[in-house]
Amino acid sequence: MTESESSHGSPVSWSRGQKVVHPSRQTYVALLKKLLDDGFTMCTDLTAVDYLTHPGRELPAGIEAERFEVVVNLISIASKDRLRVRVQVPESDPTIASAFDLWPGTEAMEREVFDLFGIRFDGHPDLTRILMPEDWEGHPLRKDYAVGRIPVQFKGANS
Amino acid sequence: MTAVENIRQTSEGGQEMKPRSEIGPRELMREVGAVLRLSEAEAAQLGQLPVDSDEDQTMIINMGPQHPSTHGVLRLMLELQGETVLRCKPIVGYLHTGMEKTGEDLTYLQGGTNVTRMDYLSPLNNELVFSMAVEKLLGIEDDIPERAVWMRMLLSELNRMSSHLLFLATNGMDIGAVSMMLYGWREREEVLRFFQKVTGLRMNHNFIRPGGLAADLPPGWRDDVLDILDMLPPRLEEYDILMTNQPIWRERLQGVGVITASEALALGTSGPILRSTGVPWDLRRDMPYMKYAEMEFDVIVGSYGDAFDRYAIRLNEVRESMKIVRQILDRMPAGDYRIQNKKVTPPPRGRIDESMEALIHHFKIFTEGFKVPEGEAYVGIESPRGEIGCYIVSDGGPKPYRIHMRAPSFVNIQALPHMMRGGLVADAVAVISSVDPVLGDVDR
Repeated sequence: MTESESSHGSPVSWSRGQKVVHPSRQTYVALLKKLLDDGFTMCTDLTAVDYLTHPGRELPAGIEAERFEVVVNLISIASKDRLRVRVQVPESDPTIASAFDLWPGTEAMEREVFDLFGIRFDGHPDLTRILMPEDWEGHPLRKDYAVGRIPVQFKGANS
Repeated sequence: MTAVENIRQTSEGGQEMKPRSEIGPRELMREVGAVLRLSEAEAAQLGQLPVDSDEDQTMIINMGPQHPSTHGVLRLMLELQGETVLRCKPIVGYLHTGMEKTGEDLTYLQGGTNVTRMDYLSPLNNELVFSMAVEKLLGIEDDIPERAVWMRMLLSELNRMSSHLLFLATNGMDIGAVSMMLYGWREREEVLRFFQKVTGLRMNHNFIRPGGLAADLPPGWRDDVLDILDMLPPRLEEYDILMTNQPIWRERLQGVGVITASEALALGTSGPILRSTGVPWDLRRDMPYMKYAEMEFDVIVGSYGDAFDRYAIRLNEVRESMKIVRQILDRMPAGDYRIQNKKVTPPPRGRIDESMEALIHHFKIFTEGFKVPEGEAYVGIESPRGEIGCYIVSDGGPKPYRIHMRAPSFVNIQALPHMMRGGLVADAVAVISSVDPVLGDVDR
């Protein structure tokens, strides 16, 4: 992180030997589009992190840390390369554009992130819960969602 | 929207597939698009199918979650016209136990017991990818002793064999070759017996741990592996006679559940599904980890992307794994089976009796766990089902701040609607089986 690198106008950092691009929410999909054109044909993984109780992580200059972070891992089959994209998503407005139009395979992963983190993906064709029951309250992987204090939510069971 | 409102507003409607009368044309278009997960232009190429058939001629039925061929608790909603599948939606989550949330509450040493239960048919690969991610965060990935690396490769390959043997068994059972089920389980049991001898358990071993392995190989392990390697080839020949060259088997699988390379890539599938379309993508060869770069083996690819290709790929991957295991046997070095780093691995048992330091280290590691420097890391390896990845964020403490497993089954299963579209409902079973999902991995 000695020199300020950039990829398609977004700052780049290195994490354990892995190149990480940090676009803003506005440039997120445009950047992914460019990366897709660069040959990153596979979107391997899309997930999120809730940094509520771990502030002060290291980010390149110009990127302001927010509570949520959407993390996308891409693979380029041609150049046998990996690339990670990390986008900051604020708590006050947890929405981000969907990558569904670029990689249809992100559909389920974005649903999972919505289900477990409550981050909404604009333009997603079917943004419903995927792992939790559809009438579940709250988003379990958020850090303010406590473990082990949930009453059993099924009829007839003793909580 | 405030945070509280957002938390309250959690329901976005049902996860189920709605009948056509309850959704407008736009939603239908999106849903069909979502089912195909393809662009509208590509979807239009499949135009022979009666997309806009009258609703009174179609019906929506549930397949699963209690269905023997769904490999657990997979539920598929199928819209059928006669016997033709028009739409399909996989509904998952029946086995969701919040393992990623649990993982945030376990130390790095305990984490192995958690991740090993995700993809319960390839537990050692789960542990391996978790351990490699932790080692990457610790910065010790290059310091792992040679013997430990080779042992990990040995176990990983044997695990691939056992997983594929089980696939052959269940695939046979799903299609109606019930004797194959018994054969597959029988051969897999031999491998599991070896695992039991080495790790103490048939499944869910927690044997590969950050820093190395839990123990050394037991005496006589080499003969046991050689026994397996001698036992398997004639049995695989038997499978060829029983299934590969058998016309009924071919009729049942060839041309069923076809997917093209560009679709498979767009859907993010990996492993045998991607390779069946002719994309020679195997992380062991293309992004070598451990010592795979020094191994000689072939990446098996198909050409039609159908269920038969996926069957043939897995059958032949067992043979390739045997090749790798033989090379591992030739090159297995002597040495330590785990890194001697007092901050990561417990000291040898003998040291505890004579050294106060060792006792303290032992106590600290097992009560508090070891601390991992701040940062984030992603490691992906080739599991029997495709790329299994582990993304860990550390806040510098003894427990992961966030642990995410990239589950191959979870992604692969999203290709089901596409593979099934336009096929027969009887072929649905063959298609599910050929994807080889493990629901513990899907739902985590």
